Amino acid sequence: MATHRIYLYPIWIRIWHIINAITFLLLVFTGIALHYATTGTGLIKFETAVNLHNICALLLTFNYGFFVIGNIISGNGKYYKGWKKDMTDNLWTQAKFYISGMFKKESHPFAINKERKFNPLQKISYVAVMYICMPLIIISGLGLMFPETIIGQIFKVSGLALTDFLHQIMAFVLLIFLLVHLYTCTLGDKPGTLFKSMINGYHEEHE
Amino acid sequence: MTKPIRFFLILLLAATSTLIAQSDDSLKIKSSYFEVNDFVEDNEACLKCHGEEKYLIEDPNSGRSITNHMCPDRTIDRDAFYSSVHKAFSCTDCHSYDFMTFPHPLEVRFEEHFMCLDCHGYDESFAQYHFEDIEMEFQKSIHNMEDFSCWKCHDPHSYKAFMRNAEDLTEAILYDNNMCLKCHANFSRFTLLTDREEINVVKSHEWLPNQTAHFKSVRCIECHTAISDSILIPHQIMPKADAVKRCTECHSRDSRLMHTLYKFQSKEERKGGFVNGVIMTDYFVIGANKSPFLDKLSFLILAGTLLGIAFHTFLRIRNKKTK
Repeated sequence: MATHRIYLYPIWIRIWHIINAITFLLLVFTGIALHYATTGTGLIKFETAVNLHNICALLLTFNYGFFVIGNIISGNGKYYKGWKKDMTDNLWTQAKFYISGMFKKESHPFAINKERKFNPLQKISYVAVMYICMPLIIISGLGLMFPETIIGQIFKVSGLALTDFLHQIMAFVLLIFLLVHLYTCTLGDKPGTLFKSMINGYHEEHE
Repeated sequence: MTKPIRFFLILLLAATSTLIAQSDDSLKIKSSYFEVNDFVEDNEACLKCHGEEKYLIEDPNSGRSITNHMCPDRTIDRDAFYSSVHKAFSCTDCHSYDFMTFPHPLEVRFEEHFMCLDCHGYDESFAQYHFEDIEMEFQKSIHNMEDFSCWKCHDPHSYKAFMRNAEDLTEAILYDNNMCLKCHANFSRFTLLTDREEINVVKSHEWLPNQTAHFKSVRCIECHTAISDSILIPHQIMPKADAVKRCTECHSRDSRLMHTLYKFQSKEERKGGFVNGVIMTDYFVIGANKSPFLDKLSFLILAGTLLGIAFHTFLRIRNKKTK
């Protein structure tokens, strides 16, 4: 069976992706440690968790800026654009493929090529994650890092508390995304194929 | 300019000056003082000097006079006094009548000051304030040293029960911390009581992340006193070595703040179902504030996601085997 290779992930995207992955995992770990802090001995000391969380958060923020600017300069942003009227149908077609089609050996409804890097479900989730959730978690996180910038009270509730809830909810949404993202990355030709793509830059498919 | 006009202008100027002077004098004694105190005019005998930044000494024999600055420690702010817990007092309720003599005789400068317990101790009407317990805690405190008294922190001329009646917690925290900083950030005052080297509060708390936020959101005594079971504000100041330095003492479900800063408010029910929710009106303490409902909901969603992934994986494996 011939292998079809397309160079879809240039080096800057792979560097951005690996930094994003490492910092995000560390942020999840330290964030959970802070949320469930106890007076007893935990997995990590509170002050270490705070420092590590802050450092990773700043790295993630700069890395996000690098991603946005990179998308504008390189043209990679085009993969996140272009919403057609048949978007709902396309989403359902892709969902049906994951629910039943792939078990019936149906071919991918939206083949990956130079013009289409993501299937409709990937596209909508990546746009939501990168252009809604990430800005919200970064802004709320920076607010918590510099609490003097946050409004004191909103409707008799501390602005700090509201900011933290937004931060926690976004963190949770991103954690769920991460789990699903990691799992869907095993849906390539072989479970490790798509992971390999993010290392060598080539999307591989058997023809 | 004709003589009558000049005379009229001088008269007008004089009248204006008198009016200004009168209005300045009357500004010092506000009508609100009379609503809380029956001795406002008597107290002016003292406050005409001690309520001013400067005072005038006159020698009737030579007719000479001199203006001096009043020492800040001996100055009483009228507004602060007439809004303090002792607002209804006459100066001579606590101070000797001999102070009415000027210059004040040397002996009266050594008068024994009343302490809190002298008026408030063992009295049913003040039982709710637990002055006796406060005294017992003070006896065990590092502040229990020669020449240290209640007044070093609680100026009887301006003291307000701020924390007990706090509507604005931030203001109450500032008021409380300024009591400590009055000596701990003013070395000349500090040396009146101790020979210890100068303390730089900012430097000695460098280890504290978000130092400004901590200084604004909690009182010094949150970390520097032993938790008290009976009184609202603990008075047993601990030695430096025993001060709280572990973050999780406050940043955890069993937050120390619920036994100190939010002690009385914490008796209220949980606010909106949040753990230690009373903190969340003004602040948010990571680790201490959480919603059990949201925690459970997130566990359910997480478990559902993992189950979905596990089920899909199972179908893939089964499908592969039947290929």
